[in-house]
Amino acid sequence: MAEGRPAILAEGLEKSYGTTRALAGLDLAVEEGTVLGLLGPNGAGKTTAVRILTTLLAPDAGRAEVTGLDVVRQADELRSKIGLTGQYAAVDEYLTGRENLEMVGRLYHLSKKYSRKRADELLERFDLTGAGSRLVKTYSGGMRRRLDLAASLVYSPPILFLDEPTTGLDPRSRLAMWEIIGELVSGGTTLLLTTQYLDEADRLADRIAVVDTGRVIAEGTADELKAKVGGERLELVVSEDSDLRTAARALERHAKGGAGGGVRTDVDRRHVGATVEGGARLLVSVVRDLDAAGVQVDDLGLHRPTLDDVFLALTGRAAEPSEEGLPGHQEKETA
Amino acid sequence: MSAANVRPEEARPLQRSRLYWAFADGWVLAKRNLVQIPRIPELLVFATIQPVMFVLLFRYVFGGAIDVGGESYVNYLMAGIFVQTVAFGAVTTGIGLAEDLKRGLVDRFRSLPMSRSAVLTGRTIADLVRNVFVVLVMLLVGLLVGFRPEAGVAGWAGAVGLLLLLSFSFSWIGATVALLIGSVEAVQSAGFIWLFPLTFASSAFVQTDNMPDILRAFANNQPITLIVDTVRGLLLDRPVGPEGWQALAWCLGILLVFVPLSVSLYRRVSAR
Ligand SMILES: Nc1ncnc2c1ncn2[C@@H]1O[C@H](COP(=O)(O)OP(=O)(O)OP(=O)(O)O)[C@@H](O)[C@H]1O
Ligand SMILES: [Mg+2]
Repeated sequence: MAEGRPAILAEGLEKSYGTTRALAGLDLAVEEGTVLGLLGPNGAGKTTAVRILTTLLAPDAGRAEVTGLDVVRQADELRSKIGLTGQYAAVDEYLTGRENLEMVGRLYHLSKKYSRKRADELLERFDLTGAGSRLVKTYSGGMRRRLDLAASLVYSPPILFLDEPTTGLDPRSRLAMWEIIGELVSGGTTLLLTTQYLDEADRLADRIAVVDTGRVIAEGTADELKAKVGGERLELVVSEDSDLRTAARALERHAKGGAGGGVRTDVDRRHVGATVEGGARLLVSVVRDLDAAGVQVDDLGLHRPTLDDVFLALTGRAAEPSEEGLPGHQEKETA
Repeated sequence: MSAANVRPEEARPLQRSRLYWAFADGWVLAKRNLVQIPRIPELLVFATIQPVMFVLLFRYVFGGAIDVGGESYVNYLMAGIFVQTVAFGAVTTGIGLAEDLKRGLVDRFRSLPMSRSAVLTGRTIADLVRNVFVVLVMLLVGLLVGFRPEAGVAGWAGAVGLLLLLSFSFSWIGATVALLIGSVEAVQSAGFIWLFPLTFASSAFVQTDNMPDILRAFANNQPITLIVDTVRGLLLDRPVGPEGWQALAWCLGILLVFVPLSVSLYRRVSAR
């Protein structure tokens, strides 16, 4: 591979399904040995992008190369350098877990002996040793998911694509998954993963590309994106409807950017939220202010930006549901 | 690429020719499909019960009313049953492939550096083996209800060989249909739409002489009739005319068209 060439490069990818524009000029660049998190709501085009980059789908326009190989013209050659775990578990129900992994090893053209050894290693690694000799149709959803991920690692390819790798995993499996991904990356694997969770992207990705309606609308490190969102959100719920305005006014004093700086109230939920900076110390002074104003609070907390917040900041609308293109809950700016 | 550089010798892919992998990968997939046959016994049971019912139906319900020119009807019938059973195996092939598509397995296979024809050869070969089993069961049932073949070794070899070729070539049609329409249910219905006219408007169950002109013209010239007549002639030790070569030519022609067609469809098929 040429020096300095990104391991994954996409330029102006376009793809339509009938009248649906899944990709509308998507650009990406992932440096070798780094992790890119593709973050976006349902229907953003993440899976479509992954399918194009893994040679499963030809783009209508634009071009992409992975390890310097064109995904359309050099697809055959490329397949021996990539591993893919798609969004939906692609494992054979009527084979055992071990048979599934051995088969994938054989199809990567690894020797029979090594395929078997590798299958056992991976079963162990993914906590499936006990279930390795059982038919996959008896597996739970999370077990299938883990087996599916194991399958993409049979050959430990230099470039790995994981489409929503932890969706459907319980917290323990998710942590284990994160650990495995971390190890792979420290071993030099280049990884592109899609996710709907900012915390996952935050934890795993060196850089994050936010995708919406088929193009990248923001790209940067997790910190850079969070800076765009504007730091932490302070959220509180008042006990009495009548206190809502008072609380909103109290928050405005602390909100980043002063009055009106992203303070939102939700009358139905007696909820006020604002973007703030200052952590626990700020929390104390907010509480003091509210107390002085005689506002009774049911709930109060600081939280880090979520995907929703990133989306609000970047697009002015909530991440979900994308179909309606409108925020799911009624929030409005305070007057 | 650092990850590739530290790869131990044993973890490196074997280097062989493209043709070698077409066979080796096809065999890996065929084994995968074969080990599944006893694990989904329902499939095999239904694939067997249906032709058994046809044997009983035609032998005992319609048989008395069908004139086949002096021949015992059960002797006439069995060649038709064998051919029909094997031909309908194409639907099994299609359904299996459609399920692989639906479950995303085809996506996984297509992302692997394996031969582009292996998923299809693996499936058609496994279905060939399945058909051998089903035909054996049919033969047993036939013998029980009075079928008395008179073929010698050569006759049997010819008949079995042609049935296997039919099974294999029709499986590729089934695969093509599955790749074109995708959904399991649609593949199932479509199978009946193209296979019913072929098997019933043929000499499988009745002589074509009594059919209306247009139908007879179709029946006499379509592959199922040619194959049935050949198999029947071989099993009953009657002279086989030009239909023998024509039957063979049809099967090879089907392979010549549908193998490349389905492989090229497979290359761009999409799961959803
Ligand atoms: N095979 C297809 N036929 C028709 N439309 C499709 C097809 N695949 C995707 N789409 C459409 O393209 C758009 C992008 O889909 P894609 O699956 O890439 O989104 P995604 O970001 O992966 O979403 P999710 O988070 O739900 O997985 C959506 O509007 C989707 O409905
Ligand atoms: Mg997706």
